Amino acid sequence: MTSASTGIGWLGVPLAIVAGAFRGGTPFLFVSLGECLTEKSGKINLGLEGVLLFGAMSAYAISYKTGSPWLGVLAAACGGACLGLIHAWLTQKPKVNDIAVGIAMIIFGSGIAFFLGKPFIQPLAPQLPTIRIGLGEHVPSLDICPLFFVGVALAFALDWFFGGTRWGMFVRAVGDKAEAARALGISVWRVRTASIIVGSSLAGIGGAYLSLFYPGSWNERVSSGQGMIAVALVIFARWNPVHCLWASLLFGGAQALGPALQSVGVTSYYYLFNASPFILTLAVMILTCSNKRALSGVPGAFTDRT
Amino acid sequence: MENADVKKVGSILEPLTGSSSSGKGAHFRWRSHVESIVIPIGAILVSLAAFGVFCALAGADPFAVYASIYKAAFGSWYSFQNTLVRAAPLMLCSLGTAIPFQLGLVMIGSEGALVIGGLCATMAGLQLPTASPLVVQVVMAVVGMVAGGLWLASSGALKHYRGVNETISSLLMNYIAIAILNQAINSWMRDPSSLNKPASYPIPDEQMLQPLGDTTIHWGLVFGLIACLLAWVLITQTTLGFQIRTIGGNVRAAQIAGIPVGRITLITCFLAGACPGLAGMVEVAAIHGRANESLNAWYGYSGILVAFLARHNPLGCILISILLGGLLASGGILQRDHHLPDAAIMVFQGLVFLVILFSESLYGRWKIFREKEA
Repeated sequence: MTSASTGIGWLGVPLAIVAGAFRGGTPFLFVSLGECLTEKSGKINLGLEGVLLFGAMSAYAISYKTGSPWLGVLAAACGGACLGLIHAWLTQKPKVNDIAVGIAMIIFGSGIAFFLGKPFIQPLAPQLPTIRIGLGEHVPSLDICPLFFVGVALAFALDWFFGGTRWGMFVRAVGDKAEAARALGISVWRVRTASIIVGSSLAGIGGAYLSLFYPGSWNERVSSGQGMIAVALVIFARWNPVHCLWASLLFGGAQALGPALQSVGVTSYYYLFNASPFILTLAVMILTCSNKRALSGVPGAFTDRT
Repeated sequence: MENADVKKVGSILEPLTGSSSSGKGAHFRWRSHVESIVIPIGAILVSLAAFGVFCALAGADPFAVYASIYKAAFGSWYSFQNTLVRAAPLMLCSLGTAIPFQLGLVMIGSEGALVIGGLCATMAGLQLPTASPLVVQVVMAVVGMVAGGLWLASSGALKHYRGVNETISSLLMNYIAIAILNQAINSWMRDPSSLNKPASYPIPDEQMLQPLGDTTIHWGLVFGLIACLLAWVLITQTTLGFQIRTIGGNVRAAQIAGIPVGRITLITCFLAGACPGLAGMVEVAAIHGRANESLNAWYGYSGILVAFLARHNPLGCILISILLGGLLASGGILQRDHHLPDAAIMVFQGLVFLVILFSESLYGRWKIFREKEA
């Protein structure tokens, strides 16, 4: 995409950013939806970077072994669920710090991924199919992965789940007031465990996207920190799944800013532009947070710990 | 209300100050001391066993792997030097998490503070090509510490003045620091002769930190030991330390008691960030000789692990850093001797960390470790 944009000069910059929003935004979308579900139930999962890498590795390995990328995606979701189970079990023990478990899961998950993934760095695995959307003769077409549409559907489905279903209400109740939920006869442990496991498997699918579509290979640098900033992204999106979609597109676009400018010859500050998602998140958090009141939309479990 | 708060503060301080002095009776509360030794050792044994199973599944002999790790980490004076060289930045980085934790803040920004400290120290060192080595080193150390300190203090300030979650902001600032480093070594600081691995101009050899005696150990280890000792004295023996722990125990109680929470938060975070900043300076001035990507070697993230394993006790950080340094030093040998990928060490680290965290939930579970109330 970026190479194609050189032919049409400066017009290529916004186009490359739009393309980047769709391509680079998809992993952000999956991890942020997973984190959103986890946090709605009142727990934080900082370890999604480990899940993302593990998902990327298992998807690539299974796709290479079986020849079917979709089985790879399934494997990534299952792998993510396994890591999620560990996280869910540990964080619900008394006196165990969520954040510390998250860091441990980053080290453990990426360690396992690098360990098992060593033999798969060289071979080429079958990739996910591409949906090509043409925008006219002079404009390069957009290549979009079907997983992106799955993610968009999931964002709206999650929104409906939280707002309109009985189970969604259970999740919100557990996240807002665990005591009240318990009094209603809801099992806090089960709801949180389920939310963390499902959230984690979504992040695994995000990893599958990385290794099977864009950048489309498996190595130890396949993730550029998407899992790490999932937590920040959810705060950015105010714990709303549909806002997660917009925020992910914005982050994907911000990520494409550096390469897009480079392709038209603006090479100074390339590396700083690459950090724009992080700078953007920090800036938004500084502007919108306050030590006087809680953020709008924050689950109750996070407000009484300050 | 205030009384209850004070009581809560007292109970939080207990594990750090040693509960024996705070009890009314003079009897030594040995049961909880035994508990705090038995549980971590048990956890390490369990994680060793789990790692053994993992190695066996991967087709290696677990006992031979343990023996190799021991040999590579502590087996000879040469390998122990190697361990200590890696332990030095870990000690300094662990303080970047352990000190703010006393305030009740979970900071994970050591990586960023290390990178910024190393980068700024290099910039300062390159300004003084003709000065004497001692001057250059002192200037580099001070600049590195100030840069790292300000880097982490800004997360503390954001927390105190804007209510921004300090864990998230320090994490984001790690990435921003790494981006600044990459930008610097790829543009204005770039040495044109560094082709494949962009780097800054080198610090002249004679201005580098020299190793201690005829070992490969450098001054970083001394700095690390001193920093951990000072941190322990600061936290347990000084008025400032008491104020810090009071804020960590209960911010409301601290405010009511008239403690300037904002100022102390900033000072503490500055001191905490100065340690990884110094680690960055040492990495440049004693090992790499220039600022490049090697600064971003995950010492900051491993430091978080050290701090949590040491239960945020600076003296414990020394011991755990040496153990973890040994583990990091043995990464290569597993690949050479047992054909295990070097990520095996990362798996082991992750396992130890997870099991130790699980063991936190076991404190107070067994009757035998409960103190009998007189």
